[in-house]
Amino acid sequence: MADNVLSIEGLHKSFGGLKVIDDVGFAVKRGSRTALIGPNGAGKTTVFNLLTGVYPVDEGTMVLDGRDITRVPAKDRVIFGMSRSFQNIRLMPHLSTVENVMLGQHARARRLGDLLYPLGLMPGNRWARAAKEALEDAGLETYPGQVVANLPYGVQKRIEVVRAMISQPKLLLLDEPAAGLNQVEAQQLLALLEKVSASGVTLLVVEHDMHFVHNLCDHVAVLNFGKKIFEGTPAQVNDDPLVREAYLGSDTSMAGQQNAAPAAGAADAP
Amino acid sequence: MSGYLESQLIILCLNVIYAYGIFLPAASGQLNLGAAGFITIGAYSSAWINASGAPMYIAIPASMLFCAAIAFTIAFPILRTRGVYMVLATFAFAEVVAGLIINLEFLGAAAGYPVESHADYLVVVPVTILVVLLCFFLMSTRLGLAMRSIHDDEAVATLFGVDVRLAKVAAFTLGAALMSLGGALYGHHYNYIETQTFNVLLSIYILLYVLLGGTQTAWGPLVGAAFFTVVPEALRQIATASGHAWIADSRFIFFGAIIVLMMVFRPEGLVTRTMVDRAATPFGGGRSGAAPAARTA
Ligand SMILES: Nc1ncnc2c1ncn2[C@@H]1O[C@H](COP(=O)(O)OP(=O)(O)OP(=O)(O)O)[C@@H](O)[C@H]1O
Ligand SMILES: [Mg+2]
Repeated sequence: MADNVLSIEGLHKSFGGLKVIDDVGFAVKRGSRTALIGPNGAGKTTVFNLLTGVYPVDEGTMVLDGRDITRVPAKDRVIFGMSRSFQNIRLMPHLSTVENVMLGQHARARRLGDLLYPLGLMPGNRWARAAKEALEDAGLETYPGQVVANLPYGVQKRIEVVRAMISQPKLLLLDEPAAGLNQVEAQQLLALLEKVSASGVTLLVVEHDMHFVHNLCDHVAVLNFGKKIFEGTPAQVNDDPLVREAYLGSDTSMAGQQNAAPAAGAADAP
Repeated sequence: MSGYLESQLIILCLNVIYAYGIFLPAASGQLNLGAAGFITIGAYSSAWINASGAPMYIAIPASMLFCAAIAFTIAFPILRTRGVYMVLATFAFAEVVAGLIINLEFLGAAAGYPVESHADYLVVVPVTILVVLLCFFLMSTRLGLAMRSIHDDEAVATLFGVDVRLAKVAAFTLGAALMSLGGALYGHHYNYIETQTFNVLLSIYILLYVLLGGTQTAWGPLVGAAFFTVVPEALRQIATASGHAWIADSRFIFFGAIIVLMMVFRPEGLVTRTMVDRAATPFGGGRSGAAPAARTA
């Protein structure tokens, strides 16, 4: 369907004997802001890892903007219009902030002429300018020699979003972008994502902070133990008995979960 | 130029070229202990081509192409290995090269091989400068950025569209060509080569120059090779001049101590990325540790 930027069908993935993704299927509408939520260990990050080709799928198909990407090598998927941020920050520690963002441009610069263009010798070249502008748009300032390893967590987290954004994806996958951000930073992130979304990019966001989800997203899919248990609007999700049970094993409101600390665990991989 | 200065300059130049040959793979995270192997191939192939009638300026590029072809071929199995296993694989490769040459009668076997054309410093120095410039250029390109990204996080580089295998093979192959160039120049300068000169100690030193100089910027191998060529020689000179032979005798202890201290205090090498950027913008740079924080926060 041309209306869907992404459609997943019958996705299966096991690690060893552990079934982590069990017959998951859902679609992401073009231009939508879809949330993928679920309790710790539900398999959300694994879905991202399968989508981006970190792991091969056991079964199932993934179609991105009309193209079957299930067997496309990981390095080529970004060219087809999909990029991501990581739950646990995966910036390049020895690269400057601007260079990290310029890595995000790589998919658009794979011709020999682009690969041999001396970025570092031409201050103010269009690639560096675009990277700096994108950072400024996100409310981030840079200075020369700024190595990302020394930056505060919240800043690094947003640099990740900028790096993913600058590849000009059709679909942006964000794995817990608001986790660890303070109120102000989360607000800035929200504004940034609104802007990205308004520019026509479809968002698929994994997020524990339900407040954030309610503010940003128009569609929600819920995973639990590798199975999709719900799909609908953010308004409906609170009232769904299966979802409430998944989160709490009881009928307490989900809103109380918004501060649940996201566990790191196996999410360290991709 | 005095004979002594010239001889030191040549050694420095050769070490710099070798170092860049190891730096290119190191910048993308690959530890190559096979320098001696590539240098040997370069020295012998250029000498042989030269002896077969081709002038030096044909023989040297031809030897680089030959060495690059070999490197390209072995890159695929070797680059499947990682970390210390890659160190061992490249070391083994160099041993195989030495073992082959020493059994090849037409290359003089254990007796060594004379080299016809002579390259003096008027050849070696400009070529070295070109190599340095080429590497600075390369590291400033997007390919250089991709290589440094691979060094930091291969998986993430892949997800942003970097062809990790291609970049690694390119770095390894180009590095081998540079070492071949260094080996060829060595041969043409001294006009005599034997495999024993290019032993594992040479490979270790070159890898040390690079790791201690720093693999983050193209300054690293230059500073590393210069430091480790000049300091031991300076110590030797001081020993001779002052008549304190013990300085000369103990310079290897001193040298070893420097290496240990550097590994403790500058584990990322003498020259780091931040240092170069700060030096380039003495007034524009932000204070270290100053949070660049959000403008509007
Ligand atoms: N590479 C792997 N090898 C083995 N098990 C894995 C691997 N990756 C994920 N898992 C397991 O798969 C399950 C789902 O993990 P995943 O990281 O996808 O959860 P998640 O929904 O992202 O959780 P969280 O909210 O904590 O980030 C977990 O039980 C995890 O231990
Ligand atoms: Mg996760």
